[in-house]
Amino acid sequence: MSIPASPTAAPPEDPPELCAGEGPGDKASKLRQWPENLAMGLKFAFSGGREGWIRVLLTGVGVGLGVALLLLTAAIPNAMQAREDREYARMDFAIGDAEPAKPGNTVLVAHVDTEFRDREVRGRQLEPEGLRAPLPPGIDKFPAPGEMFVSPALKRLLESKDAGLLRERIPYRITGSIGESGLIGSAELAYYTGGQSLAEFVDDSAISRIDTFQATKGPSQETDPVLLLLVLLVFVVLLMPVGIFIATGVRFGGERRDRRLAALRLVGADSRMTRRIAAGEALGGAFLGLAFGIGFFLIGRQIAGSVELFGISVFPSYLDPAPVLALLITVAVPAAAVAVTLLALRGVVIEPLGVVRTAKPARRRLWWRLLLPLGGLGLLTPMIGQGNGNGTFNEYMVAGGVTLLLVGVTALLPWVVENVVARLNSGPVSWQLAVRRLQLSSGTAARLVNGIAVAVAGAIALQMLFSGVQDDFTEPTAQDVSRARVEVSLPAPVSLADAQRKLAGTPGVRRAVAVSTTVIGMSRKNPESSVGLTVGDCAALRELAKLLSCREGDAFTLHGSWPDGETVKLAEPGRKLFVNPTFEGSGKGTEAAWTVPQDIKKAVPYKDPTGWERNGFLMTTKALPTSVASDISGIIYAGLDPSVPEALEMVRNTVAEIHPLAIPTMHAPNERSQNYDTIRTGLFVGAACVLALIGASLLVSQLEQLRERRKLLSALVAIGTRRRTLGLSVLWQTAIPVALGLALALVVGLTLGGVLQKMTDTAIRVDWTSVLAMTAIGAAAVLAVTALSIPPLLRLMRPDGLRTE
Amino acid sequence: MTPAGSLLVAHDLRKAYGPTNALDGAGFSIHPGEVVAVMGPSGSGKSTLLHCLAGIATPDSGSITYGGREMAAMNESQRSALRRSEFGFVFQFGQLVPELTCIENVALPLRLNGVRRKEAEGTALAWMERLEVDLLAGKRPGEVSGGEGQRVAVARSLVTSPRVLFADEPTGALDSLNGERVMELLTDAARSTNAAVVLVTHETRVAAYSDREIHVRDGKSQTMERVI
Amino acid sequence: MPIAYTLLGLLESGPRHGYDLKRAFDEKFGHDRPLHYGQVYSTMSRLLKNGLVEVDGIETGGGPERKRYAITEEGVTDVERWLATPEKPDLYLQSTLYTKVVLALLTHRDAAEILDTQRSEHLRMMRTLTHRKLKGDLADQLICDHALFHLEADLRWLELTAARLGKLAEAVTR
Repeated sequence: MSIPASPTAAPPEDPPELCAGEGPGDKASKLRQWPENLAMGLKFAFSGGREGWIRVLLTGVGVGLGVALLLLTAAIPNAMQAREDREYARMDFAIGDAEPAKPGNTVLVAHVDTEFRDREVRGRQLEPEGLRAPLPPGIDKFPAPGEMFVSPALKRLLESKDAGLLRERIPYRITGSIGESGLIGSAELAYYTGGQSLAEFVDDSAISRIDTFQATKGPSQETDPVLLLLVLLVFVVLLMPVGIFIATGVRFGGERRDRRLAALRLVGADSRMTRRIAAGEALGGAFLGLAFGIGFFLIGRQIAGSVELFGISVFPSYLDPAPVLALLITVAVPAAAVAVTLLALRGVVIEPLGVVRTAKPARRRLWWRLLLPLGGLGLLTPMIGQGNGNGTFNEYMVAGGVTLLLVGVTALLPWVVENVVARLNSGPVSWQLAVRRLQLSSGTAARLVNGIAVAVAGAIALQMLFSGVQDDFTEPTAQDVSRARVEVSLPAPVSLADAQRKLAGTPGVRRAVAVSTTVIGMSRKNPESSVGLTVGDCAALRELAKLLSCREGDAFTLHGSWPDGETVKLAEPGRKLFVNPTFEGSGKGTEAAWTVPQDIKKAVPYKDPTGWERNGFLMTTKALPTSVASDISGIIYAGLDPSVPEALEMVRNTVAEIHPLAIPTMHAPNERSQNYDTIRTGLFVGAACVLALIGASLLVSQLEQLRERRKLLSALVAIGTRRRTLGLSVLWQTAIPVALGLALALVVGLTLGGVLQKMTDTAIRVDWTSVLAMTAIGAAAVLAVTALSIPPLLRLMRPDGLRTE
Repeated sequence: MTPAGSLLVAHDLRKAYGPTNALDGAGFSIHPGEVVAVMGPSGSGKSTLLHCLAGIATPDSGSITYGGREMAAMNESQRSALRRSEFGFVFQFGQLVPELTCIENVALPLRLNGVRRKEAEGTALAWMERLEVDLLAGKRPGEVSGGEGQRVAVARSLVTSPRVLFADEPTGALDSLNGERVMELLTDAARSTNAAVVLVTHETRVAAYSDREIHVRDGKSQTMERVI
Repeated sequence: MPIAYTLLGLLESGPRHGYDLKRAFDEKFGHDRPLHYGQVYSTMSRLLKNGLVEVDGIETGGGPERKRYAITEEGVTDVERWLATPEKPDLYLQSTLYTKVVLALLTHRDAAEILDTQRSEHLRMMRTLTHRKLKGDLADQLICDHALFHLEADLRWLELTAARLGKLAEAVTR
């Protein structure tokens, strides 16, 4: 208390002199003004009555959605990393050249994966060898044979009503569940069951003997370039409108703010102070947006736990944004808000009596605006055709190209709006009113619809790419689905004939063709040259080649369109060949000797049901040395009756019953899978949300504008203007820029979509339904904005507005 | 006391905005070619009287007849059409559409009546010449002075050759020189087309351009012309 | 002759002695120019001669003039007529108008009507001048404008007074 107390009414930071612009201590007081001005702006952001709240709320939601998306994006690498870590932690096969584990304290793991209605089920049979056999993560003991531990998602699926077929396939008793540490996603379907005498099949690729689940090195898998492209695109397309949104979000209610600032100038604030106050106001919106964004993100994170996309699901705990990125977002968003505000104020002089735009803005130039999308196309063009196994994309070029194209939309749109609107002229009064208004402030209009344009362009391009890629997957390529929907490879010990009988007896199976395949070579061991040998009865062989005649005991050589020297060399009559020779590194073969008969027949191969044209030899079962029969593995091609529901699932059940290690392979059905519909719906919903949000901002500015023109509206009504005329002019005023934005979005979106389809080497196809849908949402947004502005418009048109205050 | 030949007559008008009685038994009448000033202190109800007479607002009670037709019997669109074709309006400010050029503003009432653009702008230009603002045809209201803007507004009010011209403080935002000029041109043009002018003003020097005045006080009108 | 009407009006509230009349006049209207007693005497005798007042009684044992005057019917009519007649719009007439208004308030007549009547007389004059101005040359216009501005000033005063009648009534009848 030694310091003379300053009067409590005046805090020390109050500058004693009112005119802060003069006198010494100027700098210090200016520095002190900074926080004061910002605080004042912050206060303005949150004090403005109902209108003010709506505005700040809209800003908050807009910026918040952006922030949430950014946080989610920042969390994705972490989520992927988490999934990968979990994947490594439960890796159950020896990788690369690792020493095969020696028996004892090892576990035998058999892969018994299956699929149920397009959803993959990870299945493992575990058979511990020794007391200290390693346990996979997520379970605390080995399930006994006939029992299983399941993931929560699988448990739910099995308990659901229509999963009877899956229950039949994995009929084990559920005695436990797999913990989160043993799963890579919340929606993963997985089970562990006990295995018996798996050692018998240990040479089979589906079985491995391991002494630890912890893999030291992950499988270095090259990411599918198309998938990479999709991911890149989703990011760019989602983040672009987010950026625009944040930028427009902080400018909601700009005109009103300008007037308020002018009023502040009138009472003595200088232009720097007004700028700082404006910055403070923008900060207010941005902070609210950050808060909202974090809220949205936390909600989204929980929801993300129950969502599966592309067969990938995550646990909420995976979605932790990297701290650096999160910090960056929390700093960058408010900073961007301030920057955008100050940028917007750059061309504006706030005078005490109002806001003056400095001079007439220069006519917008086209060339640099065109440069952006053209540059984007330039970056993308070299990528054309790189998609399907012809190499990889340069991800920077792709991301850059797509971004440039989409940024091009935002750059081109103001030019397009300005030029198109300048040419619009004749028309009814409502049209004239709207067009003239747009001509004077085309920039504002363009800025508002920019978000719509980018979102729609991106969405269209994405949908085109998705549908293109999807169609490629579902295209009826060479595979003849009617001949063989399912291909079943049987482990060697299983009787092919039994299996065929069982499959043929399965409901929905039209036919089942069984063949066995092996190799035939010049010598017993490590033959210098060898070709394929396919064995089956005449009926089966006729599926594979054009046979003029066939009797049991016949053998054929195949001479197809493919020049095949090996077959010709081996097929010399009288030459002694060995069926199923021994190759170094794999088990001992049968090494059965067989002499090429003098009367060996030539045959022309068909494409087999999988679209593959065989070479080598065909033999009827009797022609095969008897010793071989039990040593070679069989394949059954099953054709299904498409009219039988769930035929596929029943076949899978039969196969599982034949042998757990028998693996059915499905040949792609020619139908659109559910996945694509989900993506499409997702995009649609996303685009609709963006459009709705932008519609809301359009509405806000529309209402603000109307209120500003209250007197004028009343005067117009007084001179006999029809309400319809004014309503229509409001409609045009929204519809024209939105229509132009959509048109540009269509052009850019279709171009981008086309280029992307070219890049992935798919035929260019336009998904008109989604184009139409997007246009419809745009139109709906316009109509909604108009409809919602009509009641206030009618209210404002009352003669009260004419009163002179 | 409705003199025969009155164009627009009102009796016993009452209108309340909330608890305040803007009009409380006001009457009015005007002949073709007559200029009547409506005077009174602010808040006396003179603007409300004008709004009612012009069919912009509807009185709570009382009758207004225009050319023998009862206004209350018309619906909003009929009144709107009446305002478009028979009435003209000049307000204090804020009446010109800022985006439209001056000539487009003047042509607006004609366009609202369905006249084609060329023709409408031809007529508009003639009126602008008459009010000495034809050189401003291509400018926007923001680019002309207050007096010029007001003359443009007068040109607009006359472009349909209305039978009644309603002017609500037409010089309220102008200095005296510009105000006088506007009044001079307005009354001159109105007299030459035999239009009746209802002139609401609180400025006596503006009211002096009228043929007679009525005074509104507390929602009641008093005819100041004594019968001598 | 405003003094005559003023004194007449003062008598309307009841008979008074000449001396009382002078005092009342000085109090209400004669702030800077008090009335001479002789003015009262001569005015009253003229009014007496015209039959507008009568002698109500004489105080006994009094001084030179101890007559008590009362207003006659004709007197009342005369005051009324005077109040109702607008003054010719002229420069500096506010003192007369003020007298009229105060008198009207004192005698419980409608002061607003006096003001309104005056307003319309002023406006009539302004209309005439405006008309002349529109027809005349520049000199005419300037002359007319001078008059118009003065009339406008008067009118402003009229309006202001009209707005303050209530307060004025309180002040004068206190």
